[in-house]
Amino acid sequence: MLDVQGLTVRFRDRHGATTAVENVSMQVAKGEIHGLVGESGAGKSTIGAAIMGLLPAAGEIASGTLTLGETDLRALTPAEAHRLRGKRVSMIFQDPQTSLNPLMTIESQLIETILAHENMSIDAARTRAIALLEEIGIANAAARIRAYPHQFSGGMRQRVVIALALCTNPELIIADEPTTALDVAVQAQVLVLIRRLAQTRGVGFILITHDIGVIAQISDRVTVLRGGKVIEQGPTPRVLGQPEHPYTKALMAAVPRLDRRMDRFHLPRIAGETEAPAHRATTREAEDWLMAGTGTGPGPALDLSGITVRFRGERRGLFGPRADFTALDDVSLSVRPGTVMGLVGESGSGKSTLAKVIAALVQPAAGEMRLDGMILPPMRARHRSDPSRRLVQMVFQDPYSSLNSRHRVIDILSEPLWLYGLEPDAGRRDRLARAMLALVGLDATAADRYPHQFSGGQRQRIAVARALLSRPGLLLCDEPTSALDVSIQAQILNLLKDMQARFGLTVLFISHNLAVVRQMSDDIAVLKDGLLLETGLSETFFAGPRAAYARDLLAQTPTVRFDHPAA
Amino acid sequence: MPETGKMARLVRSEGVWLFSRSPSAILAAIATVLIVLGALFAPWIAPTNPYDLASFSLFDGLLPPVWADGGDARFLLGTDDQGRDMLSSILYGARLSLSIAAMAMAVALVLGVGLGLAAGYFGGRLDAIVMRIADVQLALPAILTALLIDGISRGILPRALHDDLRVAVITLAIALSLWVNFARTARASVFVERNKDYVQAAIMMGQHPLRIMFRHILPNIVGPLLVIATVDLASAILLEATLSFLGVGLPANAPSLGTLIRIGMQYLLSGEWWILWIPTVFLVVLVVAINLLGDFLRDLFNPGMR
Repeated sequence: MLDVQGLTVRFRDRHGATTAVENVSMQVAKGEIHGLVGESGAGKSTIGAAIMGLLPAAGEIASGTLTLGETDLRALTPAEAHRLRGKRVSMIFQDPQTSLNPLMTIESQLIETILAHENMSIDAARTRAIALLEEIGIANAAARIRAYPHQFSGGMRQRVVIALALCTNPELIIADEPTTALDVAVQAQVLVLIRRLAQTRGVGFILITHDIGVIAQISDRVTVLRGGKVIEQGPTPRVLGQPEHPYTKALMAAVPRLDRRMDRFHLPRIAGETEAPAHRATTREAEDWLMAGTGTGPGPALDLSGITVRFRGERRGLFGPRADFTALDDVSLSVRPGTVMGLVGESGSGKSTLAKVIAALVQPAAGEMRLDGMILPPMRARHRSDPSRRLVQMVFQDPYSSLNSRHRVIDILSEPLWLYGLEPDAGRRDRLARAMLALVGLDATAADRYPHQFSGGQRQRIAVARALLSRPGLLLCDEPTSALDVSIQAQILNLLKDMQARFGLTVLFISHNLAVVRQMSDDIAVLKDGLLLETGLSETFFAGPRAAYARDLLAQTPTVRFDHPAA
Repeated sequence: MPETGKMARLVRSEGVWLFSRSPSAILAAIATVLIVLGALFAPWIAPTNPYDLASFSLFDGLLPPVWADGGDARFLLGTDDQGRDMLSSILYGARLSLSIAAMAMAVALVLGVGLGLAAGYFGGRLDAIVMRIADVQLALPAILTALLIDGISRGILPRALHDDLRVAVITLAIALSLWVNFARTARASVFVERNKDYVQAAIMMGQHPLRIMFRHILPNIVGPLLVIATVDLASAILLEATLSFLGVGLPANAPSLGTLIRIGMQYLLSGEWWILWIPTVFLVVLVVAINLLGDFLRDLFNPGMR
């Protein structure tokens, strides 16, 4: 049905032209789900945009043919392409929050789209819209259709977006990261829906995602992309099960496994690409310094009891009570010295809030925190010079915002040394910061550059180095890899594992990804809606969680079946 | 990547590239640089010194510019009723106008950014107080502020001292009506930056609030502040001209551009058009050029608006 041959897309900028997609060929048959997988910058979304005829102004199709049925997509005039979009090809975007108009009811958005492409009465269009909503699983559609987007939950909203894409019976739907913004449970439902639509309606799907688990779960065929080129293509079970290309093998090996725990992640590396060897002498200096500070024993124990956090809500009416929101409800938790506690939960479950309470960024309404038996004061009571300011450090989720973009790396790294008075001598601060860079696997030249000159993974290394330069005992990691590609994620997780083991840090590791948590943690705690549902040894949990919710969570995580373990 | 010097990096930067493709920005920059240089070096390049009574004579009074009938090669842009060279008056006037505007802008910048940073960072009561004062300030026209300050200083200062301090009074008046812009912009930017992780990291580490505000947040919000500073410099020049034109500003013996225009007004209908029009055109060119530069900076710092 869709036939792409030798597609090459170039982007022009002031430095000349860069090739974003090079000589890509792929076919999508009726009712087939074709997965496009690759890391950021691989050209996945560009292929989608080229098929839709929605390349940004700087981009152009340099060569290749795009044929949908009998239509040559490259030969269309802008007006014809406009008519084709929505009618024969539709798109589902990543974020259902922004792809629906918040000021229009679902009804008017659906009817508007139908009438734009088909000559029928408003009543007929409404009947079709209601039928569609029922088909995609919205109960009581005739009444719900009058609602506004904000009255639906995230998963329901993504269903509405899918209904919008479907309402003109397109032949092809391009879904660009359709479940990335959704929680695991909702993701599973949306994927089942896409699978069903492909089967019952015979719609072809191009599923663009970086999540190999999603691809493994629903796609028929898969194209692995890297740097704009096709690395491997074929039926999904074959490509993921018996990958031929070393990159695919490495990519599969980097996917955190849910079924068993590994000591280290394998890193995707292709012949010819080598990691710079760390200079032993330099890293020794940083290691010795860290050892000298933390001693040989394991990090401190963290005990939380009855932590409760309430956020102030809006007043209901002039004299009504405030509708306070309880983000954490009586959470008690102990992290054993020198171990990793994995904290899992959906978005909104309060896991980040808990980290912020420990980091003194959020004031708890009640509860007590102890670090090695000593009271750890909450936000307002924790003085700037409190020793825990140094002992408790945090690695944030988004490495793009956690480093001050106006400071050089060396300034970012020497700041804790200066602030906590760890090294009075400026020259030695400088040397130590550079040694720490080497220890986290970055080149010495990195010190004099600015954060924006680094990739996400490199920035996260810098963030880890900054945390270590405080000589911490307790490291809070708030989704430290969820903004990163899978191979980079593996590197950062390896780094955190190494540092944790070598310096005996106590770590609270927060993630929504159960597979990642399994690889990282000794103990696990499950949060839902601010309540602690289950805690225990990680291995026991993965063997069979007690709480029903945890069981669901585990069952719904998309997994890759490793029939043939990748080397 | 080869190591490169700061200069080479600047030349290859986005800003220089955009600048080289924007004719209006280039023209505006040329005009601004020429005027600023002319004003800065007025004592050395102006043909005569308009403050030196001995250097001009009444016999040269009311000569038109050199290209008009009866023009005199000694006076390129003509003379006023006293026989003062217009070009010299304008250069000296621009010197005074620009220095008052720049000083007022600097005072407004320090005051506004300081208060805005504190209001945005600490929030709560301090924020409420500072921003309500800002609202009140906005409700008062600049001229009213100037009259108020002028009146107060007249009342409490001896007359001689007051005359000496007129430049300071008008600077203060302009600064007081401009600081609100800086405060509002700084506060809004701080609200955005405050929630970013790098600030949260600094708070968590226990850094001093002043250090967080000035060393961490301030460098990240200079972009919008620079835009405001440029546009406000133009407003300050206009404001000074307005105040001087209305006679609230500088006395006639220290002629700024506004004073020159006020003097020129008297000759508007009597045929000596150049006394009014030349300083006016000069003022318009200066203000438009600075505004165009401000627009360019705004586009540079908001890639979405290009």
